[in-house]
Amino acid sequence: MKTLKTCLSGIALSVACAGASAGEVEVLHYWTSGGEAAAVNVLKQQMEAAGHTWTDFAVAGGGGESAMTVLKSRAVSGNPPSAAQIKGLDIQEWGELGFLSSLDDVAAAGEWDSLLPAVVSDVMKYDGHYVAVPVNVHRVNWLWANPEVFRKAGAEIPTTWEQMIEVGPKLKAAGIIPLAHGGQAWQDATTFEAIALAEGADFYRKAFVEHDEATLQGETMIKVLSTFKQLRELIDADSSGRDWNVATSMVINGQAAMQIMGDWAKGEFTAAGKTPGTDYVCMPAPGTADMFTFNIDSLAMFTQSEDNRQQAQHELAKMVMEPKFQETFNLNKGSIPARQGMDRTPFDACALASMDDFTQSAEKNSLVPSMAHGMSTSSRVQGAIYDVVTNYFNSSDITAEQAAEKLARAVNASL
Amino acid sequence: MNPKTLSLPETGTVRPVTLRLQDRLAAQLPKLVLAPTVIVTLVAVYGYMIWTGLLSLTSSRILPVWKFIGTEQYGKLLENDRWGVAVENLIIFGGLFILICLVLGVLMAILLDQKIRAEGALRTIYLYPMAISFIVTGTAWKWLLNPGLGLQKTLRDWGFEGFTFDWLVNPDRVVYCLVIAAVWQSSGFVMALFLAGLRGADQEMIKAAQLDGASMPMIYRRIILPSLKPVFFSAFVILSHIAIKSFDLVAALTGGGPGYASDLPATFMYQHAFTRGQMGLGAASAMLMLGGVLAILVPYLYSELRSKKNG
Repeated sequence: MKTLKTCLSGIALSVACAGASAGEVEVLHYWTSGGEAAAVNVLKQQMEAAGHTWTDFAVAGGGGESAMTVLKSRAVSGNPPSAAQIKGLDIQEWGELGFLSSLDDVAAAGEWDSLLPAVVSDVMKYDGHYVAVPVNVHRVNWLWANPEVFRKAGAEIPTTWEQMIEVGPKLKAAGIIPLAHGGQAWQDATTFEAIALAEGADFYRKAFVEHDEATLQGETMIKVLSTFKQLRELIDADSSGRDWNVATSMVINGQAAMQIMGDWAKGEFTAAGKTPGTDYVCMPAPGTADMFTFNIDSLAMFTQSEDNRQQAQHELAKMVMEPKFQETFNLNKGSIPARQGMDRTPFDACALASMDDFTQSAEKNSLVPSMAHGMSTSSRVQGAIYDVVTNYFNSSDITAEQAAEKLARAVNASL
Repeated sequence: MNPKTLSLPETGTVRPVTLRLQDRLAAQLPKLVLAPTVIVTLVAVYGYMIWTGLLSLTSSRILPVWKFIGTEQYGKLLENDRWGVAVENLIIFGGLFILICLVLGVLMAILLDQKIRAEGALRTIYLYPMAISFIVTGTAWKWLLNPGLGLQKTLRDWGFEGFTFDWLVNPDRVVYCLVIAAVWQSSGFVMALFLAGLRGADQEMIKAAQLDGASMPMIYRRIILPSLKPVFFSAFVILSHIAIKSFDLVAALTGGGPGYASDLPATFMYQHAFTRGQMGLGAASAMLMLGGVLAILVPYLYSELRSKKNG
């Protein structure tokens, strides 16, 4: 009993002390896997070194579904965390509901406008004000391949979708699954958007950013959809419900030849002790060589009532954009820094290629937000596209024309 | 005699007071004990039902927003292809699940009722799946039914090269996989219900029938089973609840896939209300599910209450 009492008073005292000297930040995130947790720990240490209290509010679950549920209940009860890991257009939804606070002072002092490409900073702003800070940039349109398997089958790694479909039978004959895939809606959508991107960034933007009805059910979309359906032949029968990392491990151990997946897949190769270039090859998805679909993780800042908590929150936002954090975090996460002009030496070949393509595609205007990862559209529209795409991919009785029509209808209904 | 009669009024004057207090307490006790439960139920069940109903009339997206738009969400829901699939799946799944469970349960109960050896052990074996969570059932059957891992692979390894059983990955068949797993889970429970009913059947009547020369199947068909109507009804109501609220089984066994071919209303509701930021639409689907439950429950309660009044 006595120890309990001392403990309690100790805790009370330390909280009081922390409150007096600096603020507290509570960060809701779902970076719970090994590399991710290490990455977020860097931020925690930096905040604590600056004298703030860091309350970690990690909610497990890769896609962040449970984290978002928790966040909603906290926000409704009037007690939101200082910062939460929210992505893409959902930042706009939270902004619209009036929960987010402006970071314009921090952004102006840190010159964020010059450090971030416009497409990235647009996602971070609501109504022209910065309300979120980007921590990394993932490239989604990657093709991961096992060169050893291709050598064995006497085939070339494809650079167009036609080649990929042609190389299928050759790989199958050698007893290899041509394409490792997990039959989950978001993975279907990831592959689908890569094929759509090969038709050009303008087409992609019209369809998935502007939701132009004519484009959604036009000829090009029908072509994209039928290519997509042809890929079904390259995938094994058991793919239904398979997780993406299981699919990646099929490429790692040579059971499958290729996978289309964002650069988080690199983490699996690294964890298996493989080196890029020799054990595995990272290339842009077929036909998308100088294009880039981005997926940005970001921390959105919620309005805080107490001044010192708000100060700590601004400090946090400042730190996230600093080179040191951006470097350490992204080395651990497998992604590239959102901040431009960083030191390139610590990054591997795949990350360097990704950085180059990021800057180049921003200049060429072929840098586009990922639909499959909630960058180009709200979760409502994204869900509607998911439904049509995954249903079409899995059922045998829908034609590409019907699917295109359904796509246009579903997107319209959810706008 | 005297001291007794003398002492009686003495205690009599003291006891009624304490008794009255105790009595009053005793009379109020059940109400006091039940009050918290009643309040919690009123708020957490009926209160939230009303809340969900109101929510389904708003344009709520990621958070509740009290902007009323009438029945627009219901219109959207009925036009939604995916909701159509979910309802159709529920009809197939629920119908088959209830029917097979009832038939199997009755059969197993009758067979177990034949005064066999080790009845207790057999009963436990059949009933045990009920003790397992649907998540575990779903996961175990996911492995069993996976073509590259379970039944199909095993039989092919044994030399039946042409054997194919790929329902789990076939969009047209996947809903039957749900039926298989759910029947495995619940038929033992139905058996236990019927077994208890069979044991309660009037032995005199059975003996009389036997004396009249009726065969055992005839006795079961004409006398025992008709007398089990209430058991049959309870089993039906419980099973239809299980079918309508089925969520964990789908989540573990198929994840709603391939595509959304094995979606049920409960998984549809969860996904739209909580992960897709379409709270209004999710609430509308929840209200339609509530309607489904009421459609079964109201006639049941009505018949229960009426029969009690008559009896």
